[in-house]
Amino acid sequence: MPLQKPWRRWEAGRTFERAIPNSLGVYEIADEHGEVVYIGMAGGKSLFGLRGELARQFAGKANAVASARGRRFRYEENMQYMTRFRDLLQRFNEDHGRLPPGNEQPGEFVPTLGRFHWKSAEATI
Amino acid sequence: MDLELSDEQRLIVETVRRFVQEQIVPLERELDPDCTELPRDDRQRLIAMTQQMGFFNPDVPVELGGAGLSTTDRTLMAEEMSQHRAGLYTPCYGVFGAGGLAQLYAGTEEQKEKYLYPTLRGEKRGFFGLSEPSGGSDPARAIRTTAVRDGDEWVINGSKLWISGADTSDFGLLFARSDASKGRNGITCFIVDTDTPGFQVRRIVHVLRSTHPPTELSFDNMRVPHKNILGEEGGGFAIANDRLTRNRIPYSAECIGVGVAAQRMAVAWSKERVTFGEPLASRQAIQWMLVDNEIDIATARWLCLAAAGKADGGKPFRTEAAMAKLVGTEGAGRVVDRCIQIHGGLGVSKDLPLERWYRELRIRRIGEGPSEVQRIIMARDLLHSSLH
Repeated sequence: MPLQKPWRRWEAGRTFERAIPNSLGVYEIADEHGEVVYIGMAGGKSLFGLRGELARQFAGKANAVASARGRRFRYEENMQYMTRFRDLLQRFNEDHGRLPPGNEQPGEFVPTLGRFHWKSAEATI
Repeated sequence: MDLELSDEQRLIVETVRRFVQEQIVPLERELDPDCTELPRDDRQRLIAMTQQMGFFNPDVPVELGGAGLSTTDRTLMAEEMSQHRAGLYTPCYGVFGAGGLAQLYAGTEEQKEKYLYPTLRGEKRGFFGLSEPSGGSDPARAIRTTAVRDGDEWVINGSKLWISGADTSDFGLLFARSDASKGRNGITCFIVDTDTPGFQVRRIVHVLRSTHPPTELSFDNMRVPHKNILGEEGGGFAIANDRLTRNRIPYSAECIGVGVAAQRMAVAWSKERVTFGEPLASRQAIQWMLVDNEIDIATARWLCLAAAGKADGGKPFRTEAAMAKLVGTEGAGRVVDRCIQIHGGLGVSKDLPLERWYRELRIRRIGEGPSEVQRIIMARDLLHSSLH
C-alpha cells in the first residue's frame, strides 16, 4: 500500500528538522508536480533515523536525483522498515513499470522485487 | 549406541561452521542490521564456493544434481547455517541453494520439467499456499478456497494468508477444496503459475521478521489446467501433512543454531563485562542463566537428531518431529531472551543481532504448526498407543 500521508515541503532550519522523528521508517521524495523521484528508508545503520536521512537528502548529501528534483516529502515510522521499503518499491514498480529515477542510480540498494499483479488504480479497497 | 558424530558428519559441521564465520559474518558487518540479501557479486561468489564444497542443494537427490544428504546430516548443517544475523529466516542468504518444493519430486515428468528442474537450477521460485484467513492450524477444516471442475480446467476462487514469498514466486502449490463432501480427502493440490489471470497478491503483511514477509493472496475465477494437479485429486491434505512433518526437523535445528550463537555471545560478554568490580560471569544469577541455556540447547539438539535418525531409518517420526519442533522453538526463544538480559541495554539494540533473533524466533512458535498443534499431535499418538 502506498504511503497514506500528505505531502509536505522541506524547510531549511533546525526547528523544522527537529520536528521530524528520529525513528526508523520509510520515506518518499517527490518533485514539484508530486511525482515520486525517490523512495528511501531510515534503517538500522542510520545515525538519526528519518530526520537524519531526510536532512541528508535535502542538503544534497545523498541521492543526486532526490537532491536535484526533490521538493516534497512524506514518511512513515515503521520498525519493519526493510519489508516496508520493499513494499513501496514493489508497488511503484508495479504501477509504473520502473523504479523512481533516484532508486535507479548506480550504487542504490534495491532489494529483489516481486509482483502484486494489480495496479493501484485497480484497487477496490 | 554411539552418539558421536561420524568423521563425515564432523567434516560437514566444521566446514559449514568455518564457512559461516569466515564468509558470511564478515559480510554482515557492512550490511543493514535487518538485511535480507547479499550483494549480487558476493552471492554468486559464495554459491560457487558451496558448489565446489559439494554442499549445494543439500536436500536434493544426487541424481538431480544435489548433495543428497540424509536428514541427520541436513539437520547438522541447518544448525550451523543459521548462526549469523539473518540466519534464522535466510540461512547463509540461500547460497547453499534453495532446493525445491520437495512435493514436486512426486510430480509428473511434465510438471518436473516445467517447475522442479528450473527451481533446482535457480531459475524459478515457488510458494506453498496452505493457510487461509479462516485458519492454518487445521487446514482440513479451514480451507475455503474452492476448485470447481470445468471441462479440462479447474476454476479456483478464494484467498490465502501468511503465504511467504508469493510475490516473488513464479509458481506455487495451492491447496483448494475440490469436494466439500469429503472433508480432508476433498482437498486437492494445484500447481499455479503466478501470472495466471485471476491471481493477485493483495498485500505484503509486515510481521516481526525482517525477511520473507508473508503475503495475502486472492483468486478470482482463476483457471488452472487439470494436468496441473499435483498427485491425486483429493490427495492434497496428505501432501501438505507430509511436508509439514518433514520440515519440522531442520526448522527446529535452525532455531537451535541461533540459540548456540546467542549463547556464545553471552558467555563471552559475561566474562568481559564488569559490574560492581567483578565480571558478570562471577555472579550466580548469570551462571544459572548460562547453564539453563546449555540445557535448553542440548535438549533441543538431541530431540532434533533423534527425530532425524528415525526419519532416515524409514520409521514413523511424527511424534519425534513434533516434540523437536515444540522444544526447539520454545527453548531457543528462552535462550535468546536470557542472552539479551545478560547483555543489558546492548542486547536490545540493533548493534547486536540478539533483538532480530528475539523477534524472529517468536514467529517460530506459531509457524509450521504452532506449539499447541504439536502437543495435539503428540497427545494423539501417545494416547492411541496407550490404548493398545
